[in-house]
Amino acid sequence: MRSIIVVFMLFLSLAANATIDTYEFKDDANRERFQQLTNELRCPKCQNQNLAGSNSPIASDLRREIHRMVEEGKQNTEITDYMVARYGEFVLYRPRMSASTWILWYGPFVLVAVGFAVVLLITRKRKRVNEKQEDSLNDKDKTRLATLLDKGKAE
Amino acid sequence: MRRFILFIPLIIFVVMGALFWKGLGLDPTELPSALIDKPVPDFNLPSLVDDNRMLTQNDLKGKPALLNVWATWCPTCKQEHAQLNKIAREEGVTIYGINYKDERGAAKEWLRRYRDPYVVNIFDEQGALGLDLGVYGAPETYVLDANGVIRYKHVGAVDEKVWLKLETILQQISTESQG
Repeated sequence: MRSIIVVFMLFLSLAANATIDTYEFKDDANRERFQQLTNELRCPKCQNQNLAGSNSPIASDLRREIHRMVEEGKQNTEITDYMVARYGEFVLYRPRMSASTWILWYGPFVLVAVGFAVVLLITRKRKRVNEKQEDSLNDKDKTRLATLLDKGKAE
Repeated sequence: MRRFILFIPLIIFVVMGALFWKGLGLDPTELPSALIDKPVPDFNLPSLVDDNRMLTQNDLKGKPALLNVWATWCPTCKQEHAQLNKIAREEGVTIYGINYKDERGAAKEWLRRYRDPYVVNIFDEQGALGLDLGVYGAPETYVLDANGVIRYKHVGAVDEKVWLKLETILQQISTESQG
């Protein structure tokens, strides 16, 4: 049994998202910041990878720059500003709030609200139609209906 | 009113279809440069040919020109080199070069062998200027105006078609400055 598990474990692999360069950090907070930044910044060359996962030369240059800035004690916003100034908003995997990106942030909520509004409208309309049907005959129609039904009974 | 509601799904479909159709034609690898209409970043780097001569952003001013980022390790740069020679020699356009993360000897040899279209070459061994310019893949070609302001950026090889585009931008710039 145990050997079977071991064999299965051999096939199991976790997503590896690391490159080989090694950096020294002053403290763990800096290391964490570096990892967070390289995870959230996109590689301009290989567009579906972040800086942490890319092996392209430009990504390693940018990692070096980010490492330098982190160790210099620059704020995260300063570092992302530095990147955006060179490569544009494109490099941010977590886009900033601006006139052109608000739809990304609030679009889903707007859609949910619209959905709710539509459901509400439909149920209300249904309710109104049902109420109308209950009392849709006027007095004249009612007497006519009664006579017609009586006629049917008589025959 | 009721009729109109029936058409809403069709309208949504048509709008989305048009959007996706347009998206198909776009090239996702083409990034808009963040530096358009901004001056070339400050730098202080040696010339490729003359180690002792230091170049700065002021050396790129004077007239509208092309700024070409190249390297000997870049196959596409070799592909576009003949076109650059043609632009420089036949059209008389000023082309500045940035030799990006390259070896001096190899770069000099390259220019000797394939002819040199550049007025001057900046030797950016560490890629520092490249980083400030937002270079993410050589070759890249920028159009500069007479004040050294970046007006356009092209990523990839310059061929005849791209040159036509660059030429119209250069002409636009020179008519602007005259008028």
